[in-house]
Amino acid sequence: MVTKEEIYSWLEEVSDPEVPVLSIIDLGVVRNVSFENNSWQITLTPTYSGCPAMQTMEEEILLKLKERGLSPVKILTTLSPAWTTDWLSENGRKKLKAYGIAPPEDEQDKSLLFSSPTIVPCPVCNSKNTRLISQFGSTACKAHYQCSACQEPFDYFKCLK
Amino acid sequence: MTKNEALFNYTLRLGDDSLILGQRLAEWCGHGPILEEDIAITNISLDLIGQATNLLNYAALIENKDRNADNIAFLRLEKEYCNILLVEQLNGDFGDTMMRQFLFDAFRKPLFEMLQFSKDKQLAAIAEKSLKETKYHLKHSSEWIIRLGDGTEESHQRVQNSLTNLWRYTDELFFTDESDTLLGELEIIPDFSKIKEVWSANVTAVFEQATLQIPANNWQFEGGRKGRHSEHMGYLLAELQYMQRAYPNMEW
Repeated sequence: MVTKEEIYSWLEEVSDPEVPVLSIIDLGVVRNVSFENNSWQITLTPTYSGCPAMQTMEEEILLKLKERGLSPVKILTTLSPAWTTDWLSENGRKKLKAYGIAPPEDEQDKSLLFSSPTIVPCPVCNSKNTRLISQFGSTACKAHYQCSACQEPFDYFKCLK
Repeated sequence: MTKNEALFNYTLRLGDDSLILGQRLAEWCGHGPILEEDIAITNISLDLIGQATNLLNYAALIENKDRNADNIAFLRLEKEYCNILLVEQLNGDFGDTMMRQFLFDAFRKPLFEMLQFSKDKQLAAIAEKSLKETKYHLKHSSEWIIRLGDGTEESHQRVQNSLTNLWRYTDELFFTDESDTLLGELEIIPDFSKIKEVWSANVTAVFEQATLQIPANNWQFEGGRKGRHSEHMGYLLAELQYMQRAYPNMEW
């Protein structure tokens, strides 16, 4: 019998299609792996309600586990507790930075209007002299920043709590 | 009316509001005043369509008539949509869109804050998830309202006109009927008067900072919740439903 640990290690090989440097385990969207009623069940939670990558991730998981001879497999979705960037693994944060995306920082309450934007160090030169260009970036999970020291425009994986 | 009928009504209403506003915002794709805003508006649209998918799938489950979110979104007639009139209003200029968005976001945030404690587990889960996204939306729209209202003479006048025009659609945010009364008694949905208190305080504070005046004339439109829509709705649905009507059951 396959162990859960083995399944988790196989899921490490499935990446987020929008941020391919992250595995779905790094991303924290795999909430549970269990064996019930003669079937393996993988429970996922979406990062954002409308994240178009979720469907691709589901298909990739099914494919990966089929390759490993695991069957039958069912994918379940759970919304609560809602995904938070706190679930992004330490390893995932390092991989993001190496890839040129600034990992999430602790942020102040979003209900404050015109609050000073979070200080996000530049993933290229580490300068803290960066500025927010837009709260909404190339995907729902990212904001757009620019470094005032080295001029690099970069994505920031925004904090969601 | 049974609890399930009331729960279906409520879920469908929330789902339709998200769907129709998501569709409206998607019309900005490629037309934003600057690239960053083009991306922001379409990201917000995507969040709303995602919320609509969760809500309409849940409505289909409650209804138990072999439908899913797609059938409900694409295959109904105009009078079967129960979104409020505010969300189907034309995009107009950027200020009109931001004003519509602000009035809506300022309602959605306290709604989800309270709905996440619903006795209905799935509605609570959808609210908890949507709340995180809505906080970003409200921050974005509030900042723009203040910037435009307290901006140049031209931006002030234009966004004041947006407020004067759209204010007439805000009472419908708080529309309730017997189905809401039943769900309220069962502690499935929050008390609308409490949401209204938070909403009023928030919009008043932002309009004060934006130097905008809430119109003295409080004459209000209503009808969307009952399936009576404005003339804009048919055109919106024609675009929304085109692919499913032309190629029934097509999939991407």
